[in-house]
Amino acid sequence: MSNGNMTLNLKIWRQVNAKTEGKFVDYKVDHVSEDMSFLEMIDVLNEQLVRKGDDAIAFDHDCREGICGMCSMMINGKAHGGFKGTTTCQVHMRLFKDGDTVVVEPWRSRAFPLIKDLTVDRSAFDTIQQAGGYITANTGNAQDANAILIPKPIADEAMDAAACIGCGACVASCPNGSGMLFMSAKVSQLALLPQGKAEAEKRVLEMVQTHDELGFGNCSNHAECEATCPKDISIEHIARTNREYIAAAIKHHEKDRSGGGA
Amino acid sequence: MTTAVAHYFGSSIGRKQLIAVTGLALCGFLVSHLTGNFLLLMGADAFNLYAHKLASLGALLYLAELGLLVALLIHLGLALKITLENKAARPVKYLGKKNTGRGTTIMSASMPYTGLVLLAFIITHLMGIKYGSYYTTIVDGVEMRDVYRTTIEHFSSIGYTVWYSFAMICAAFHTAHGFSSAFQSLGLNHGRYFGKVKLLGILYAIFIGAGFASLAIWSHLKGV
Repeated sequence: MSNGNMTLNLKIWRQVNAKTEGKFVDYKVDHVSEDMSFLEMIDVLNEQLVRKGDDAIAFDHDCREGICGMCSMMINGKAHGGFKGTTTCQVHMRLFKDGDTVVVEPWRSRAFPLIKDLTVDRSAFDTIQQAGGYITANTGNAQDANAILIPKPIADEAMDAAACIGCGACVASCPNGSGMLFMSAKVSQLALLPQGKAEAEKRVLEMVQTHDELGFGNCSNHAECEATCPKDISIEHIARTNREYIAAAIKHHEKDRSGGGA
Repeated sequence: MTTAVAHYFGSSIGRKQLIAVTGLALCGFLVSHLTGNFLLLMGADAFNLYAHKLASLGALLYLAELGLLVALLIHLGLALKITLENKAARPVKYLGKKNTGRGTTIMSASMPYTGLVLLAFIITHLMGIKYGSYYTTIVDGVEMRDVYRTTIEHFSSIGYTVWYSFAMICAAFHTAHGFSSAFQSLGLNHGRYFGKVKLLGILYAIFIGAGFASLAIWSHLKGV
């Protein structure tokens, strides 16, 4: 075991705020343990920086157990480091070698404006979610779990889509900067279940329109999003969204409800 | 027109579905074009007779040509527009973006470039053959265009044969991604069959690329 023996050369993007120019700064971190997570390694670097009176590197993080979707960074040109089904916080330093140079950049997307260093504003995802990622029925108290029977394969598929943590790796790794994988996960999750079906048409129309308006790119089926998604969300959900969308464009029309209903 | 339909044609999904449909239509055209080209191997008379029958369709042929032109213009125009939008969606580039190898391929990444090569190719190809040198011949007592002679003469140039073959490699790359991508865009992706669609797309691409290019090389060897 070579605990605490690694030295890493880091090239990290530093930018004070969106209005100033950013640049890469080289750092050297000694005594890196292979048991550390990537974020813990940056914590160590930040402690060194603060001790010297420098500004700590800003990066998003929260749960550090791979479920919150906060830790968003490009490691060596790949979102979350590009390890299959892994968020940055679950990337461990044993995956690197002593003396490695590691380039760390923020997500680059017009829809995700930079806040500081490695932190970007991902509220565009919230805006997409608010455009239709909900149901409007008053659900009251949680009813018996078996009151609405949902076949297991459908429940599984909806659950696969619901696994999306909204980290933004799909947008960051997409050559086109498209947010389709995130959006399609939300569309799928609800369209598959009876509670979501009622508003499926309206939902997909509004979510796609919002996605496009926010400055995300267009999906051209590279499937790079699926490859870097830490939750392994499949582009089959994008295909379902494409189906839902064309059907909704043909069938959907808003009924005038202003007269009230019986 | 309801707003939903109006939005459809302006949306990212609507546009890519139009690119998919027009792309598949053009894929269909390539199959019929290549099938016709194989008649070159049957000799001058067979090829000229086929070309003459096509030309005699008159209004029907013009309608088909118009359909192809419209499909091409929609495909090209929308593809250019979304490519520019996609570039704008990432104003600050990565220092060293790397693909995982599990998603983007050289075929998918080069779509805009192979597409532009094909556009340039279509123009030179139409000028060289369809609007190229005009000879006449008589087959079964009927006077018709000797397009066989035009073809062989055209491909006697090594430069053109190389350009043609390069364009066909681009066509193979373009369709290797485009074919299965069109199915995904139209929502036809399911784990049950999508692997087969992808395989079919790659076989299609090889058939088209190798088919056209080998006939070009055959014509070149025939002409020199």
